[in-house]
Amino acid sequence: MSTTTTEELSATTLLRFATAGSVDDGKSTLVGRLLHDSKSVLTDQLEAVERASASRGQEGPDLALLTDGLRAEREQGITIDVAYRYFATARRRFILADTPGHVQYTRNMVTGASTAELTVILVDARNGVVEQTRRHAAIAALLRVPHVVLAVNKMDLVDYQESVFAAIAEEFTAYAIELGVPEVTAIPISALAGDNVVEPSANMDWYGGPTVLEHLETVPVTHDLSHCHARLPVQYVIRPQSAEHPDYRGYAGQIAAGSFRVGEQVMVLPSGRTTKISGIDLLGKPVDVAWTTQSVTVLLEDDIDISRGDLIVPSKDAPATTQDIEATVCHVADQPLTVGHRVLLKHGTRTVKAIVKDIPSRLTLDDLSLHPHPGQLVANDIGRVKIRTAEPLPVDSYADSRRTGSFILIDPADGTTLTAGMVGESFASPEPVKDEAEDDGWDF
Amino acid sequence: MTTTVATVEEGTDSPYALSHLDALESEGVHIFREVAGEFENPVILFSGGKDSIVMLHLALKAFAPAAVPFSLLHVDTGHNFPEVIEYRDRTVARHNLRLHVASVQDYIDRGVLRERPDGTRNPLQTLPLTEKIQSEKFDAVFGGGRRDEEKARAKERVFSLRDEFSQWDPRRQRPELWNLYNGRHAPGEHVRVFPLSNWTELDVWQYIAREGIELPEIYYAHEREVFQRGGMWLTAGEWGGPKDGETVEKRLIRYRTVGDMSCTGAVDSDAVTLDQVIAEIAASRLTERGATRADDKLSEAAMEDRKREGYF
Repeated sequence: MSTTTTEELSATTLLRFATAGSVDDGKSTLVGRLLHDSKSVLTDQLEAVERASASRGQEGPDLALLTDGLRAEREQGITIDVAYRYFATARRRFILADTPGHVQYTRNMVTGASTAELTVILVDARNGVVEQTRRHAAIAALLRVPHVVLAVNKMDLVDYQESVFAAIAEEFTAYAIELGVPEVTAIPISALAGDNVVEPSANMDWYGGPTVLEHLETVPVTHDLSHCHARLPVQYVIRPQSAEHPDYRGYAGQIAAGSFRVGEQVMVLPSGRTTKISGIDLLGKPVDVAWTTQSVTVLLEDDIDISRGDLIVPSKDAPATTQDIEATVCHVADQPLTVGHRVLLKHGTRTVKAIVKDIPSRLTLDDLSLHPHPGQLVANDIGRVKIRTAEPLPVDSYADSRRTGSFILIDPADGTTLTAGMVGESFASPEPVKDEAEDDGWDF
Repeated sequence: MTTTVATVEEGTDSPYALSHLDALESEGVHIFREVAGEFENPVILFSGGKDSIVMLHLALKAFAPAAVPFSLLHVDTGHNFPEVIEYRDRTVARHNLRLHVASVQDYIDRGVLRERPDGTRNPLQTLPLTEKIQSEKFDAVFGGGRRDEEKARAKERVFSLRDEFSQWDPRRQRPELWNLYNGRHAPGEHVRVFPLSNWTELDVWQYIAREGIELPEIYYAHEREVFQRGGMWLTAGEWGGPKDGETVEKRLIRYRTVGDMSCTGAVDSDAVTLDQVIAEIAASRLTERGATRADDKLSEAAMEDRKREGYF
């Protein structure tokens, strides 16, 4: 047990990440190893694993069994689902979206990736980049997960050869860059033996990079506000109407992107009325400025009509409102999505009626080819969709804002969540490759 | 210990990165406001335990300076710690809240439920709870459950649809994408909402320390008359212990979880301040449940414990 102090435990940030890997790539072992070697598995849990391992005739504790409850349930066909797991080091808290690896579980990886800042994609060093790896990379790119880690696992089974790792890392990185993934970190590991997961490996002294955990602890949580459009979806209007606060009228919500400042000129959408921010309450205490993802209450100078579902934005940086949305979607429900389907669309805090006007294409993740006019999308399909909404919505491109560029479609009949949607282009255009000569003489 | 609990920005992150407690708090508040915006008649399950106390604290912050727009619901097993009931009533009065009580004892007195031979009333909570949800027509029911508690809870949704029998069907779970929670439900169905889904036991304690939240005294070390049953230290009392062969002794203990007296075990502890409690938990090699159910090391323990919580 590390001797972490109370103070250290509090001075941490939160990183949400997701794992992706095929069934035999050792994902459960990696997750188990991370939990175990970061001392996040407590004695009673470990004893349960040891007992279970022994009863199966295994010599040592099988770390994959730490997440085995889920697997057992999968085998019984009870659920095929994302599980969320928690662990911490002195530097950071982690929320891990543990997603099943089967191809038919695309929707689960999409679900996990939707809130992730980082995705760990596992490959088996013996097999290298396979179709499944390309699918995982494509989903990370579609969901615009800022950081991608390629964990080349089972290095112990290829004699810890640098050349094996280098070839896989190069092939994957080239593919990921083509998809517009902004950052790839490749790490050679053995989840089973513990190489480069938490502790640096003595078997791969040729590798000079971080271990998986070190990287998770130090990767910057991205909040580059200068390039963000500020957005505040109004969740709830707070009106105490009490003797103490007779005239208080606050617009509560979680800032979806960017920052807001007292005195700033803002516009309320869809009405388009403008006013100024006269105050910001950060959960009870007044502040001058607030930013994503703080939950705040904003007070405005003018008494204008605002309700749940409205969007507060800077006057100088308002999105266009539209009733026609073109998006890439991942269909997550068992019943198909068809042209003409009448649905509900939830965007931010607003839910409106909508109709699926067209499904121009379905994407084949294996080779990124487009299948034109598939007629419908079934569970786990990814495709392009044109939607007409009953009311104008202020949507951003998903490339600009993961929160105000995303939506879900809901079946109005039974409330099923049908589809995850991302507004705008599917894949980011890759960063232009800089000519080496161009860098000469520039020292940033 | 003289440590203070503060939120400090991590060096590797942008100055706009929230501390983990701020991020969890903001997410919890967002969840409360979503429910307030989308449901007709929500209620907060309030047991007087630390998780429900943190839930209520988040709700108070989410709607300040207005009142919390929800009532509270307590399932009273009849075997509750008197300190906890006293805390409950004081809290309700202080915040001018409305409290609903579903009483297991009433059901037993009316002959609808029968006392179990082992004396535990946890499995008996389900009927009073679900009937109260139906009779009051609650459409959203906040629970303090956390995903770190056990494997099955690790897959629970933040918005968890329950059918007209309050049953949880893993097959009907909706994928939760981004922070776009889907609260649609048919009449008679309701949604269980878990604002602390992403919190761990340590997060809860650190937040209690940061916010200076008052807790029932039983969470801190105190001398108490206890006896051992099934490997646990149980509080002696009229509820049914000790029995023949069980001997009462005075020990310095505290509780890590608060539930029914008949099945909530105490841990030996001399932690009398929040910092001491946090240090003790941070150093503990047992989970919250493992500590209070130290004898119960089979995988069934998780299910048992879930029933002990009663609500999920």
